[in-house]
Amino acid sequence: MAVLDKMEAQLRPVETPMVPYPAKYITQASGEKLVVHQLSRDDVPHLLKAIQPLTTVEKDFYDVVACRVVSELVGWLRYRVKDEYCLLGTVNGEIVGMVNGRMLTEKIGMSYHTLAIRQGLRLGAQLFAAKMEYHMDFLKQDEVWVVAESPNGFKRWMIEYELEPRFEQWHELGGVPTYVLTRKLWEKHKAAKCGGRRPVPEELMAVAKQMILPSTYGQIPGYRREA
Amino acid sequence: MRGEQRLREVGIVGVGHPPFGKYEGSLMDMLCEAAVEALDDAGVKTGAGHGVDQVLVSTMGGSQVNRQTGVASALVDSLNLRPAMAETVENGPASGASAVKLGYMAIASGMCDVVLVVGGERMRVLSGWEATDFVATMLHPEAEYAYGLTLPSFAGMFTRLIMAKYGVTERDLAMVSVKNHENAMFNPSAHIQLVPNLEAITEDEDALTINPYVAEPLHLYDTCPVSDGAAAVVLCALDVRERFARRPIKIAGIGQATDTHVVAEREVPTDLLAVRLAAKRAYAMAGLEPQDIDVAELHDAFTILEVVESEEVGFFPRGEGHLAVRRGETRIGGRIPINTSGGLKAKGHPLGATGVSQIIELVKQLRGEAHGRQVKGAKAGLAVNFGGFGNNVVATILAGEEE
Repeated sequence: MAVLDKMEAQLRPVETPMVPYPAKYITQASGEKLVVHQLSRDDVPHLLKAIQPLTTVEKDFYDVVACRVVSELVGWLRYRVKDEYCLLGTVNGEIVGMVNGRMLTEKIGMSYHTLAIRQGLRLGAQLFAAKMEYHMDFLKQDEVWVVAESPNGFKRWMIEYELEPRFEQWHELGGVPTYVLTRKLWEKHKAAKCGGRRPVPEELMAVAKQMILPSTYGQIPGYRREA
Repeated sequence: MRGEQRLREVGIVGVGHPPFGKYEGSLMDMLCEAAVEALDDAGVKTGAGHGVDQVLVSTMGGSQVNRQTGVASALVDSLNLRPAMAETVENGPASGASAVKLGYMAIASGMCDVVLVVGGERMRVLSGWEATDFVATMLHPEAEYAYGLTLPSFAGMFTRLIMAKYGVTERDLAMVSVKNHENAMFNPSAHIQLVPNLEAITEDEDALTINPYVAEPLHLYDTCPVSDGAAAVVLCALDVRERFARRPIKIAGIGQATDTHVVAEREVPTDLLAVRLAAKRAYAMAGLEPQDIDVAELHDAFTILEVVESEEVGFFPRGEGHLAVRRGETRIGGRIPINTSGGLKAKGHPLGATGVSQIIELVKQLRGEAHGRQVKGAKAGLAVNFGGFGNNVVATILAGEEE
């Protein structure tokens, strides 16, 4: 191994084994099925294509969130973030949103971002619930640290989950005040917020794994993805 | 009408209805957009010789939510419509229809020839909870608001009583919602462009996650969204109709009635007496009966209200509105299509704009310009704009004139 390769290898974080998130599906008000499944590192370059168009959308702070998500995913892809994960939401195989985060410690989760690409069905809220479900029910953590970078996020997470303000606690995303989902709060809100069924039928899962890139974005009038 | 002198007839010659939803500009920008669209539709130029005698602006929260007072005066100047007279009208969620009524009175009395009515509300600056609290300020301060009552909570309690008395089910109400969302898909001005699936929001295992209770037994899809929006109409005396680009749609009847402020003081809590009386007065003024109405916009801030209002205005016997919904009689193509615009449920409910918006839908229907949601051969339409929890209601009847 070349010296530079050795040095690079030493930069990579030591990863903690994380139980996988079992895929689930949730019926939407439209009657369609939202499938939530976990991505691997190899999926990142494809997902980036779905997110990059939103990096210039100022409305509802999509630019901030999309830019940061791109950075977080590239960081994960290139082995610069420890214990990160990404859950993807698809409807009829099309990418409609994603959530990501990481394990800060065995007992503390660090929520990164929730990005809803398709709007109007509260998909973001359901994906956020899936993320909290991963931390609390599968990784068995005690709490998750959460920030909001848009008023929409603040309404959905801080207010609806009654998250505990802990402003003295530093969150990895920087200066936005930190709020915390505790196990007590999760148990209180889980039934109302977190839907879905498992296992995902094989056929539905196969469609979800197509991960079709959105051809249009409600946030970008006139946008049409070139074939 | 009383009095010896005959009132002038009044019609609508211009409508402006930019899309409801989330608006990024100011309240004034939003009102101006709607007003200019209506003036353009009527063929009215702003500036010297514009001919607009009076501007009325309906808004419930301009001062409280957007921190702007004297909105009508500001709008006149922004639109270069000086020296038109200007007033802002506040009558809760019925502000829009009240403003149209006052515009009608100004023309019918002979004081004005042309009145511009603009309704608007910029509510999305608030969270859902703040918006609910703001709307609740119209409740009785000591007997209701102080106890934490809100409009959704009243609607929830009202629905329980109606369900117990008449057998209305949650599924009936969901059917109203689906119908209105379907109609909204044909209305480019509607806030919500999505049709919920009846089974998904009522029967599916995930139904309570995607369609949670807001005020049990009312779900998310039973309640109107919080919307920004503005809508405008140009009224004129029919004897000056030649000035305008469009054929007027006549305001044939207006009725208004009030009820007790404190809902608990009503003799029969399941009755909406102000709706009944307002409609009765409007029918009398128009010389029409419920069976003469071809299309109706009923104030469905909550789906239950559409059902009960459809009974109170005489379309169906008391306690049978939900049966008509089941039979599809209120759908486009049914016996009496209701809320072809999508209603407040799907089009949105920017309070001060709502009454104006309802009247615009009737104008479009009577002009034959409602496209995919057109009621064939519509000649008369009824709008009911509901203020408070039914304590101040305005009913308006429009009639298309024969060519």
